Amino acid sequence: MWGRFGNTALVVTHNQTSQQRGMATLKAISIRLKSVKNIQKITQSMKMVSAAKYNRAERELKQTRPIGKGASQFYEKAEVTAPADVPQRLFIAMTSDRGLCGAVHSSIARLIRNELLKDDQNIKVVCVGDKSRSLLARVFNKNIIMAANEIGRLPPTFLDASLLADAIIASGYKFGSGEIVFNRFKSVVSYSTQTLPVFSLNSVQAAPKLSLYDSLDDEVIQSYLEFSLASLIYYALKEGACSEQSSRMTAMDNASKNATEVIDKLTLAFNRTRQAVITRELIEIISGASAL
Amino acid sequence: MALRSASRLLNSRFINQLHKRNYADEMSFTFAAGNKVFYDSQAVRQVDVPSFSGAFGILPKHVPTIAVLKPGVVSVFENDGNVKKVFVSSGTVTINEDSSVQVLAEEAAPVESLDISAAREALSKAQSQLSSASTDRAKAEAAIAVEVAEAIVKAAE
Repeated sequence: MWGRFGNTALVVTHNQTSQQRGMATLKAISIRLKSVKNIQKITQSMKMVSAAKYNRAERELKQTRPIGKGASQFYEKAEVTAPADVPQRLFIAMTSDRGLCGAVHSSIARLIRNELLKDDQNIKVVCVGDKSRSLLARVFNKNIIMAANEIGRLPPTFLDASLLADAIIASGYKFGSGEIVFNRFKSVVSYSTQTLPVFSLNSVQAAPKLSLYDSLDDEVIQSYLEFSLASLIYYALKEGACSEQSSRMTAMDNASKNATEVIDKLTLAFNRTRQAVITRELIEIISGASAL
Repeated sequence: MALRSASRLLNSRFINQLHKRNYADEMSFTFAAGNKVFYDSQAVRQVDVPSFSGAFGILPKHVPTIAVLKPGVVSVFENDGNVKKVFVSSGTVTINEDSSVQVLAEEAAPVESLDISAAREALSKAQSQLSSASTDRAKAEAAIAVEVAEAIVKAAE
């Protein structure tokens, strides 16, 4: 029984390969041609859509950069560093729900995975967007404390960022330092995966230059940190959205070009085969007639 | 060749230092909101901000501090004497050692673009929400809405 099935399977695949290679039937080629043309239509329209989204995202990103810069200034100027006695770290992965955009999501997941491979005890991950969750969940499921989805369909707003920041604070995870992992948009064809530091109240209180700052109490610092976390997340969301759209644009452009190539080859094969069929039929007719 | 590049390096460092010295006497003011950027590292004369620890004015060489913004009007006195008033809903102020000032707001709008009748409407709506709120969380949210709406009405008047 098994053997027979195995045999038929072999025969079928053998048939298909020989068909693809040489004189495939016209029908098979035209079906493939049609499907490749349809795929090209899809990739082309995806490219147009992401081009429009990219334009908007880039415009908005320019408005957001001062916020990101301003929010991280305090950490730099006050020289806040991760405290040595609290090894817990938090990684916030800024991805989205949608794929087909090159290595945007996997580069973020790779960076976090490398950190997790070094030390998977003290690192927790917040996944923003389904993609980072699905990339990390298989191996590091226990390190993921939270996952957010519905990211990337609409341009990110400050409300999204505050909800995220709120959820992260409400999760009650005590971390010494954290990092927001995101793709910084450079140009249409390039982005770089970077991290933005975030800190908890304790690490800020231990900062060497904090004494320079006047009239601080814990409540002010706490509210300040909460707002700055939201601002940083907002900034990272915008950078991520812009890199994603630009990267999808390039990916879809490449896909359309490849489809054109395949279509050219298939059309050539189609015409050749048609010609061969006509010739063969003519030969059959003529040789039939001359035999009479 | 090496000498020349070294001197160029020195030059550029010198210029950088000059810049830095300039910045110490003037402030480098950044004012950004979720919807708009008003100033990006520009020099201004004075900034008045409302904060939870009381409203205060910031001049160049202000002592470094951080504060949380309260709903209200941020007034920016530009170098040419113009005063720009911008309403902010919430946010943070950071004043650093090098006289750089960052005001980051959740949302901000110039005072002249506020609509007083719409603000009054929002205020009465928020007040009715506050009186009908049942849970603590809803109450707190409504109280914040009332506070913001009151500040908008005050700013628009």
